[in-house]
Amino acid sequence: MAKIIGGVTSSHIPAVGNAIANNLTQEPYWKRFFDGYAPAKAWLQEKKPDVVIVVYNDHGLNFFLDKMPTFALGCADTYHNDDEGWALKPVAPFKGDAAFSWHIAESLVEQKFDICTCQEMKVDHGFVNPIRALYGTHDVWPVTTIPLAVNTVQHPVPTAARCLELGKALRTAVESYPADLNVVIFGTGGLSHQLQGERAGLIDVEFDLECMERIANDPEWMTQFSNSEIMRRAGTEGIETIMWLVMRGALQSNVKVVHKHYHAPISNTGAGVLVLENYL
Amino acid sequence: MTWTTHDYENIPGTYVFDGKHSYGAYPLNKLLFSFNTEECRTEFDADPAAYCDKFGVEGKYKEFVLKKDFLGMLRAGANIYFMAKMAIPRGTSVQDAGAQFQGITTKEFQAKLLAKGDGLVERLAKRGGYWNG
Repeated sequence: MAKIIGGVTSSHIPAVGNAIANNLTQEPYWKRFFDGYAPAKAWLQEKKPDVVIVVYNDHGLNFFLDKMPTFALGCADTYHNDDEGWALKPVAPFKGDAAFSWHIAESLVEQKFDICTCQEMKVDHGFVNPIRALYGTHDVWPVTTIPLAVNTVQHPVPTAARCLELGKALRTAVESYPADLNVVIFGTGGLSHQLQGERAGLIDVEFDLECMERIANDPEWMTQFSNSEIMRRAGTEGIETIMWLVMRGALQSNVKVVHKHYHAPISNTGAGVLVLENYL
Repeated sequence: MTWTTHDYENIPGTYVFDGKHSYGAYPLNKLLFSFNTEECRTEFDADPAAYCDKFGVEGKYKEFVLKKDFLGMLRAGANIYFMAKMAIPRGTSVQDAGAQFQGITTKEFQAKLLAKGDGLVERLAKRGGYWNG
């Protein structure tokens, strides 16, 4: 049977992709941010998951505002990156596992998460950058991936509580799949940041650290907040932090904290890396 | 038409992108979304006004686009991620835009951001368990 061995979080800001593409990761501005990924990369090297389910939001590459699914699952064998408008060179296509995706979709709908299924799904920096940061850049990616998109762009967006519930359903879905696959969940985005309006540049380090510690050890804590409350503290784009809860919900209630890394600011954000491992 | 109100509407300096914004600025966001394609970017640059007309971007929306008034666009309902597709390749980074929103220079905006990281390693050490903290 498939099993979830752990979860990893990562920021997915565009600047991370630029820094990697332009070989800036050891420049003083970036060094501490990227050096903090080393233990997470080593953990993935050691565990060698067969499949990574990447929880992210699309920023206007695959989904326009004509149709905006709250939760959408890639159900294809290949996912392509593409031009997002700022002329960054797209990276190599990602290998999916359609049969596994369809099983997950069936199980989620059975559990009352009526998810949108996507047989063609372009993946943007929200999906690509965490993989590049955690695996390096490859012509042939070393792991099979499944994109799980959460709408954090156009409100109404799902609540933190709903995201945690989705994670729990995702665990049931994965663990009922008959193939022997080791699965890791990436929760991407966040932490606090606001790009828009006169309040642009907001970062709340204390809230970020509280979120990291609670998401690791007491994720229910996050569910007390409405999305308005999260945006008030963490900024409008900081709402992405709810996607970490999908990852967390898919793990056991008690997990081993393998690695905890926080850096601020990077570009306009507070950025956190968590590596959480299920006890076997 | 009666739009419901939300408690996020009183967050200062913040324009939460919701149905009301998305509905009103639909043609504008559609124009911005088109910049994912190289040919569309070229067509826009050749004649921005005609490109607005093609997408039905009119009145104040058109004015904001032609003036590259990003705060105006944002207040009128442009989505920040879609707007970045217009701003970044034309020399306005997200940090430049943030500085414009606040009426300060990009250098000042970046300095304010950097100040958020003051004493970070010590703060992490105090909390405990962090890499390099």
